[in-house]
Amino acid sequence: MNYTYYPGCSAGGSSADYEKSTRAVCAALGMTLADIPDWNCCGSTPAHAVDTELSAALCSRNLDMAARQGVRKLLTPCPSCLSNLRHAAKRMENPQFRARVDELLDNPAAPEFPDVTSVMQGIAAHCGANGIAAHVRGSLSRLTLAPYYGCLMSRPPEVMDFGDPENPLLMENLLAACGANVLNFPLKTACCGASYGIPERRMTARLSARILQLATDMKADAVVAACPLCQMNLDLRQPQAAKAAGARFVMPVLYFTQAMGLAFGLSPDMLGLEKLRVSADALLRKLELPPAPQGSAEGGKPCE
Amino acid sequence: MKEATDIRRRRDAGFIAVVQERSGQNLSACYQCGNCTAGCPAGFVYDRQVHQIMRAAQLGLKDEALDSRAVWLCLACSTCSLRCPNNIDVAAVMETLRHMARRENRVAARKVEKFWFSFLDTVRAFGRAWEIGTMALYMMRSLRVFTDLDLAPEALKKRKFGFRPHTVANGGSGAVTRIFKRYRERAAREGTRP
Ligand code: SF4
Ligand code: SF4
Repeated sequence: MNYTYYPGCSAGGSSADYEKSTRAVCAALGMTLADIPDWNCCGSTPAHAVDTELSAALCSRNLDMAARQGVRKLLTPCPSCLSNLRHAAKRMENPQFRARVDELLDNPAAPEFPDVTSVMQGIAAHCGANGIAAHVRGSLSRLTLAPYYGCLMSRPPEVMDFGDPENPLLMENLLAACGANVLNFPLKTACCGASYGIPERRMTARLSARILQLATDMKADAVVAACPLCQMNLDLRQPQAAKAAGARFVMPVLYFTQAMGLAFGLSPDMLGLEKLRVSADALLRKLELPPAPQGSAEGGKPCE
Repeated sequence: MKEATDIRRRRDAGFIAVVQERSGQNLSACYQCGNCTAGCPAGFVYDRQVHQIMRAAQLGLKDEALDSRAVWLCLACSTCSLRCPNNIDVAAVMETLRHMARRENRVAARKVEKFWFSFLDTVRAFGRAWEIGTMALYMMRSLRVFTDLDLAPEALKKRKFGFRPHTVANGGSGAVTRIFKRYRERAAREGTRP
């Protein structure tokens, strides 16, 4: 089945491994992802922090192009893109707001925008837990995982439509379908410190440290993330967090698509595991994975 | 007693009206329970806690609300909005106050704004964000050459960041540049800081 896809800018940079594993897992499940042609940056946090209309204009250009191609549903892996695109679509329902945004665009935006959802929801809707379980070649039963959604995916609930804003369960369901032992992780929707790692490092270091400390205390083998920024704060910035907390962390931080891909028997290379700062080798050893399939994404029949 | 009359004198009713209108929130609904502050992950770096900002806005104390570092350090995580017993979208109030402060060039946390502008400059130029470019611009603007230098060896080894910016094909980068241009021109016409 075909899906229209908005990768987001970090897919071409810091979260290339999220991108790679998302495409591999979706392909294994029979989901074909086609990018919105000529998509642009959603503006991320800086645009909405600076001006709501600027942020909405950047998002609307993408939504408009998708709408003109008759797209009804759009998937994106990044919670920040998801949040911005959904906020923009919602605000554009207000005619005064729409008029102000249209002034910034080359052409007035299409009257109806596609519905934007996360890749995580897309996978769940496409396959369901049973469909996913049917693709598992090597169960993750030896792994204890801490699911971590970050603060954007489920909030604000009026905009995001992701279940309970402080206790979403979708990732738990997907990981459990892969056989993992999934922790009830209390900080799963706490903030990691977002993009303040650069201008206000101590804030991000302390907030990320809290999450890493709890995952360590709960004896997680890995934290499983869904957001490129969260993953970078918890993985690449892990030493900064450790320093702030006066602790030592050795906590791999995988994307949920990487964890699912391992269960599907996709090779570490197809999942971009080599990009992780904190190596996932310990996990691979625990899993005693069967040899990874060669070539294109395999892992059972697609869910159609 | 003197303080009370002082606060009454400084009450800026116009300010209250603008905050309410732009945020879509009824400030008088706040009864200062402090739930927003209790759940706020950024409180430890705030100069004023979020319930105090709400109080300042409610009382029309414009300077206290707009000149506070807190509105710049707010992570927009919406925990406060979720937990407010009166269903006030507190995060929307914080964002509104930041927008107002920006327009009046009252920037209590310059580094944060410089970082945002550095990011947006790459989007304006290329249509897509460029991480290395953002960092380079930020170092120039903030004169902080050593920002995150400790991360560089690992980040380079893992090729975490693209050395070249990604542009948008078929004139897409130009379309994005025009969005920024119109945004700035309109701000100039309206006499606000873009
Ligand atoms: S939680 Fe709501 S009512 Fe309580 S102090 Fe904060 S804004 Fe006011
Ligand atoms: S949105 Fe801002 S003020 Fe509200 S809880 Fe999060 S960081 Fe604190």
